[in-house]
Amino acid sequence: MITFESVTKRFPDGTVAVDDLTLEIPAGEVVVFVGPSGCGKTTTLRMINRMVEPSSGRITVDGQDALAMAPPQLRRRIGYVIQQIGLFPHRTVADNIATVPTLLGWDKRRKEERTAELMHLVGLPEEAARRYPHQLSGGQRQRVGVARALAVDPPIMLMDEPFGAVDPIVRARLQEEFLRLQAEVRKTIAFVTHDIDEAIRMGDRIAIFAQGGALQQYDTPRDLLSDPVNLFVEEFLGEERGLKRLALIGVSEVTAETGPVVSPDDRGRRALEVARSHGTDWVVVVRDSGKLEGWASLHELSDDQRVDEGEIRPFALQVDAGDSLRAALNAMVMSHTGVAVRVSEGGVYEGILTQELISKEIR
Amino acid sequence: MSALYQAAAVAQTGEALIRWDWVMRHDERIRALFLDHVELTAIPVLLGLAIAFPLSLSAVRWPRLYAPLLAGTGLLFTIPSLALFVLLLPFTGLSRTTAIIPLTLYTLLVLTRNIVEGFRGVSDDVSEAAEAMGYTRPRRLVNVELPLALPVIIAGVRIATVTTVGLVTVTAVIGQGGLGRLFLEGLRFRDTTPLLVGVAGCIVLAVLADLALLAAERHMTPWTRRARS
Repeated sequence: MITFESVTKRFPDGTVAVDDLTLEIPAGEVVVFVGPSGCGKTTTLRMINRMVEPSSGRITVDGQDALAMAPPQLRRRIGYVIQQIGLFPHRTVADNIATVPTLLGWDKRRKEERTAELMHLVGLPEEAARRYPHQLSGGQRQRVGVARALAVDPPIMLMDEPFGAVDPIVRARLQEEFLRLQAEVRKTIAFVTHDIDEAIRMGDRIAIFAQGGALQQYDTPRDLLSDPVNLFVEEFLGEERGLKRLALIGVSEVTAETGPVVSPDDRGRRALEVARSHGTDWVVVVRDSGKLEGWASLHELSDDQRVDEGEIRPFALQVDAGDSLRAALNAMVMSHTGVAVRVSEGGVYEGILTQELISKEIR
Repeated sequence: MSALYQAAAVAQTGEALIRWDWVMRHDERIRALFLDHVELTAIPVLLGLAIAFPLSLSAVRWPRLYAPLLAGTGLLFTIPSLALFVLLLPFTGLSRTTAIIPLTLYTLLVLTRNIVEGFRGVSDDVSEAAEAMGYTRPRRLVNVELPLALPVIIAGVRIATVTTVGLVTVTAVIGQGGLGRLFLEGLRFRDTTPLLVGVAGCIVLAVLADLALLAAERHMTPWTRRARS
């Protein structure tokens, strides 16, 4: 856990970078500092490991007063990843990763074991160990940076735009890997970015700063998106606030409706009845085993015809419990039926999601 | 100039430029002078490094010192060596010290400049990362910044060394001079052989020293070597 108590940073020229900040970063969570340039987010981050000294206030790291500790000792307990990475060009990948273990005087064998373990963890090939940083790709270098920061398994990590220097495709992959890794290691992480979408994606909580280092709002991404406290936050969150929020809500969190379900051997008459009772002109065709067949339009079905004698169309997109409501909304607009169909693994029908349900969640 | 002129004059008389029998007869003396020359080169360069390092590190730490430091060492470099010998004679006499002091002072300009530039060339990201990893200042200097500054520093040492090899010959006028003494001898006896032997020895020494330093650099900076492969 990291706490800021009334922390202010005023530079010698009088500019205030961080203004009376009080904030708590709970253990095991990712807190993203976000805001326009000059909002003090990086300064805030750098005060945690005392790369910048606060002018006033108190900062504690895992209950201990950071300002009372010798900076080198404090820093060895805090992983640090920056956009420029700052790998040591004169050391091999393995030696770079073993930087802090070396500072702490680990023996050779322990260092080697740990390095191999970390390279595996961040997805670096074994043969990269003996290479020098300039022989790696940008994405690989960033992985080395993360492995180096994790070397002594520090409880706390500071990350300053860690994925800013790589192209969008690699960035998306690194973000995904980061989330997977974080689910495993559960570090307390302070993460700086200027990209609100990255913040929403990565953060358990988000702190939005405005120029002059004033904290505007500190909330979970969902609450932030549904209840921005002021115009600044609202504008910073950008367009499509509703859609961004939907991306954070899982399909599993809402209750699917049963929908107009018929079985393949039902007659047209029965299908019409079911559809009417749901106010639709189509039905979902589900086998008795529960497996989803598709949907059928009533206009193509006569009263005595069996449903499977007519045309059964597949749903172009289906959602499952792992998808977000944003994916469900996409499935809705892509389908003639206007609803998203939810299935389980193995294609068993679980119900339909309607646009009414979505708008209820957005509001 | 006059030495060349005389050499040309001698050559015109039809005598050989180099009398190999002279070289054979004096091989031990030539070897001794060569070693003397090595010493007169190595001591000033090493002393120069010992003086330039602390000066340069302070200029890296306090950038304001850099301009006066360059001006000061630059000024030293402009003092003619003969004038310096004359100034020192009352204190140190016709001794080795009188030769070494000016030679050392002359190395300072190039050494301080290259040491400072070497350290300044270390990327801020790297220094900052080292700091954030928990390096103490002295350890960061020795283990991170110094190795990265080495290529530029060694480049300076190479220039200083090769320059000093040449400058050493001047100290022959105060009875030192290594192979430079052969120059004086050539002049005194109007003989091209010792003159050319001296010149050849200086060239060989300069090239050998430069190659040795180059090899040392490649050995100490393996990461730059891989850059080309």
